[in-house]
Amino acid sequence: MSAGEPISFYDLKGEHHPENGTMLGFWLYLMSDCLVFAVLFAMYGVLGGNYAAGPGPKELFELPVVAVNTSMLLFSSITYGFAMLEMMKGRVKSTQMWLGITGLFGLAFLCIELYEFHHMIHEGAGPWRSAFLSSFFTLVGTHGLHVTFGIIWLVTLMVQVARFGLIEANQRRLMCLSMFWHFLDVVWIGVFTFVYLLGVLR
Amino acid sequence: MSADAHAAHGHGHDDHGHDDGRDHGSFKSYMTGFVLSVILTAIPFWLVMTGAIENKNWTIAIVVAFAVVQIVVHMVYFLHMNTTSDAGWTMMALIFTIIIVVIALSGSLWVMYHLNVNMMPVHDMRNMP
Repeated sequence: MSAGEPISFYDLKGEHHPENGTMLGFWLYLMSDCLVFAVLFAMYGVLGGNYAAGPGPKELFELPVVAVNTSMLLFSSITYGFAMLEMMKGRVKSTQMWLGITGLFGLAFLCIELYEFHHMIHEGAGPWRSAFLSSFFTLVGTHGLHVTFGIIWLVTLMVQVARFGLIEANQRRLMCLSMFWHFLDVVWIGVFTFVYLLGVLR
Repeated sequence: MSADAHAAHGHGHDDHGHDDGRDHGSFKSYMTGFVLSVILTAIPFWLVMTGAIENKNWTIAIVVAFAVVQIVVHMVYFLHMNTTSDAGWTMMALIFTIIIVVIALSGSLWVMYHLNVNMMPVHDMRNMP
């Protein structure tokens, strides 16, 4: 290199950088969220057996209710998929309809979960009862909070789509929410397997 | 603003990052994922609720195996994971996360199990007065 030439430290031209930075960025957020849930799962794994002479999973968990809950979330996943397919075809009305159905399934999931929490607390098995119940309410409650924010986001996007149509920005937002929603379903697979099913088997 | 965006959306599609290798799925792929998920959810619930297998450890192993398969099914059919999207960076991030999650989970359980076994006085709280 000759002395007069300016030295370039960075490759500013960016020969091969991803075109769609938002999606990758959102994926990275989901992965960090994954770590949050991993830590909560680890906490439940460590404390899940400490009942402090209180009720255990066998007395508390009602598997039929959990099965209904799981199917609600699974249905909401497929209906969101249909919304994405309609979005790709540029159909505003049917996109909105499928988004609405997804929101209703999400709401049903939340209601059943709140009913379950209410039932447990009513029986005196609140998060203060034992380390098992503290970790249970933290893990499942965090997932429930995610679903709550997902529904708020969903309603926001439905208003956006109603006002501005399926513009490029709204499509990008819907794709981000799609990843978020399916990610929550993936986390729920871990919850119903490790908390509910293995809890009852314990 | 909205009219502009509409116009841009109309014909400016080609030059706007649809060659990032991202797969958006089809009706068939979503339905495949859904049917597989229903089967992979129903069998573990059925196994645990009816107690179809006598041996508890086998039931646990099968239930966990079904969960792992279902997570992969969701990743492929709903989240459209593949090795080419965003030049492989999504997959890189996923693999990194899986490594960290495995270390955090197995490490915590391993350390805390041995802490309980070796350090705590042995007593069962349920038998206390």
